[in-house]
Amino acid sequence: MPTTQSFTEYDYSVAKGFVLSALLWGVVGMSVGLTLAFELIFPELNANLPWLTFNRLRPLHTNAVIFGFTLAGIFASWYYVSQRVLKVRMVLPVLAKAHLVLFNLIIVLAAYTLLAGHSTSKEYHELPWWLDVVIVVMWLMWGGHMFAMLGARKEKTLYVSLWYFMACFLGVGMLFLFNGLAIPTWFVTQTGNWWHSVSMYAGTNDAQVQWWFGHNAVAFVLTVPIIAISYYFIPKQANQPVYSYRLSLWSFWGLIFVYLWAGPHHLIYSTVPDWVQTLGVVFSLILIIPSWGSMVNLLLTMSGKWEQLKTDPIAKLLVIGSTFYGFATLEGPVQAIKSVNAIAHFTDWIVGHVHNGALGWVGFTIMGAIYHMVPRMYNTRLYSVKLAENQFWVQTLGIVFYFTSMWVAGITQGSMWRTTDQFGNLAYSFLDTVRAMVPYWSLRAVGGTLYLAGFIMFIYNIRMTIRNAADFQVDGEQSTSSGSVQAA
Amino acid sequence: MLEKETGSIFEFIEKNSLLMGVSIFVIITIGGIVEVIPSFTQSARPIAGLKPYSALELAGRQIYIRESCNACHSQLIRPFKAETDRYGAYSLSGEYAYDRPFLWGSRRTGPDLHRVGNYRTTDWHEAHFKNARAVSPGSNMPNFPWLFEDSVDVGTVHAEMVTVRDVFGVPYDQGDNPQSGKTLEATRQLVIEEAGPVIEAMKDQSVKDAYAQGDVKDVVALIAYLNRMK
Repeated sequence: MPTTQSFTEYDYSVAKGFVLSALLWGVVGMSVGLTLAFELIFPELNANLPWLTFNRLRPLHTNAVIFGFTLAGIFASWYYVSQRVLKVRMVLPVLAKAHLVLFNLIIVLAAYTLLAGHSTSKEYHELPWWLDVVIVVMWLMWGGHMFAMLGARKEKTLYVSLWYFMACFLGVGMLFLFNGLAIPTWFVTQTGNWWHSVSMYAGTNDAQVQWWFGHNAVAFVLTVPIIAISYYFIPKQANQPVYSYRLSLWSFWGLIFVYLWAGPHHLIYSTVPDWVQTLGVVFSLILIIPSWGSMVNLLLTMSGKWEQLKTDPIAKLLVIGSTFYGFATLEGPVQAIKSVNAIAHFTDWIVGHVHNGALGWVGFTIMGAIYHMVPRMYNTRLYSVKLAENQFWVQTLGIVFYFTSMWVAGITQGSMWRTTDQFGNLAYSFLDTVRAMVPYWSLRAVGGTLYLAGFIMFIYNIRMTIRNAADFQVDGEQSTSSGSVQAA
Repeated sequence: MLEKETGSIFEFIEKNSLLMGVSIFVIITIGGIVEVIPSFTQSARPIAGLKPYSALELAGRQIYIRESCNACHSQLIRPFKAETDRYGAYSLSGEYAYDRPFLWGSRRTGPDLHRVGNYRTTDWHEAHFKNARAVSPGSNMPNFPWLFEDSVDVGTVHAEMVTVRDVFGVPYDQGDNPQSGKTLEATRQLVIEEAGPVIEAMKDQSVKDAYAQGDVKDVVALIAYLNRMK
């Protein structure tokens, strides 16, 4: 960790912008998600409008939370953390501001195209080709800023968070480019919709490339940069260094190597070659080791400071976030085992698994990081520790509702699909299995409501913190309930 | 502070950002190269007798994608008795050779559709798109009234057909394979021609009236696509 440096030397303008973007796209993405949860129970909610149907809103939900909320949180952390660990003021402020503007423009355009049905159908890569091009430009702006910062740095040794940020930039860039390869049909024929394109890959090949992308989008958007955030903010919040350098080293290289092999676990019992499926399963199980390496390292960073969890909701969010990381990275490999996957695939258990990661790990970590950053960037103190505490419990309860209901729902439906009567005939019609889901979907909607309610409490807390900043200017770094925290 | 491995290769990499970037990139490419490349050519071969999508079927497929039907329906029957009993023969790689993109889906909120053409009829689909819960009590599929109002986008169908034919060598116009339109107008004629038998099996008067004016509604194309799924 770098030594003390006055924060007034840092330029937080862009980090602040990305924090607000994360709040905005977070509430949009989660509200759409909650709408979907209710539409499963009450399909009439779409009011017979095409852009309000489950099918069109679902990609909007995933895109808004993954690329709106999460990426904004990652970028906010980047523009805050990079200055501190590289010991240099933000370089190229015009580029950084353009990055912020273009990012938000992309999310607005993404929402429009998805609602209008301009979808490629590829999960987490639904946006039309022209928007892919704009996204590549935006991504290169971030990469350009990253390497400019690295070039200008005054701290020679790259802190572990930076390895993960770099892996995020390179990994997402590679995956997005190859999965997005498509031929825009208008350029071939000059007829039809200009935004329409045809995938470069067909059938089984397309599936393999897509899930190489899809699985590793989880790796390089929802895991790698979130670890980067945790590796900075957990030590800062606990005010002591990372537990083990060696563990961060081996879990980093192990994670980025192994993750790329695990994609085929999305295609078990599909028509991709058997050896590819088996390799995907084996590497999914191996993936537990580097994942838990990071989790153990992050949690043990709290060694000797565990009592801080009693009073500090920010430490709670970050530590429980990493705990959910450990939970999700054990659950995922279990689901990848062929015999388990035979029941779990195509069911809500997978949906539940994704939300353990998204709500628990990604959501909690980003909110913890924002709680840590905002008082420091605005030179003030957090508006209400008590509100943050209550938010933590409301959201934790929400997640528990979410994953328990989805566990039961998934295993129930997966089992019902294969249940036979005494004569060997299928015991349930498909509709029987849909009707059986309604109680679990209702509990999940309760969980989602709680989580969103907590997120609104979070937004209110941040808003009041910023609004009160003028009245509560404090010199130096701020304390939260945990007592004085040393400046970076 | 953290204990450092002084003098190690890692210490060197951690002080050199460009080397760090290159090292990361090399490490992350390996998995994909090993798993995706070797079977690439073989996996793309069509099964014997597989026909490319006709103009109307392709129009239906574009609507299927526009509405993200794959958000709730799979097109992949796994090799289990419980699946083959419910949906029909398990799926084979060669059946997907003309699927750009593939539409396997990841969550069966609704049933698999890979062989839906074997057990659902045109008029069943028609009634189901109008009001799913009237046909299937307890279903949570939305109603799709706009499919009966919007017309097939022949221009985009033509563009996709010509693109896959010329760029990817999809064998249109060979043997008894479907025709690809030589011109936009020819594709329009193909769509109208194919729509006839589908509309004959339908009940909706407005769809029939539109057809009399040479206008093919989206629902007709989507049903033609689903009927082909066998």
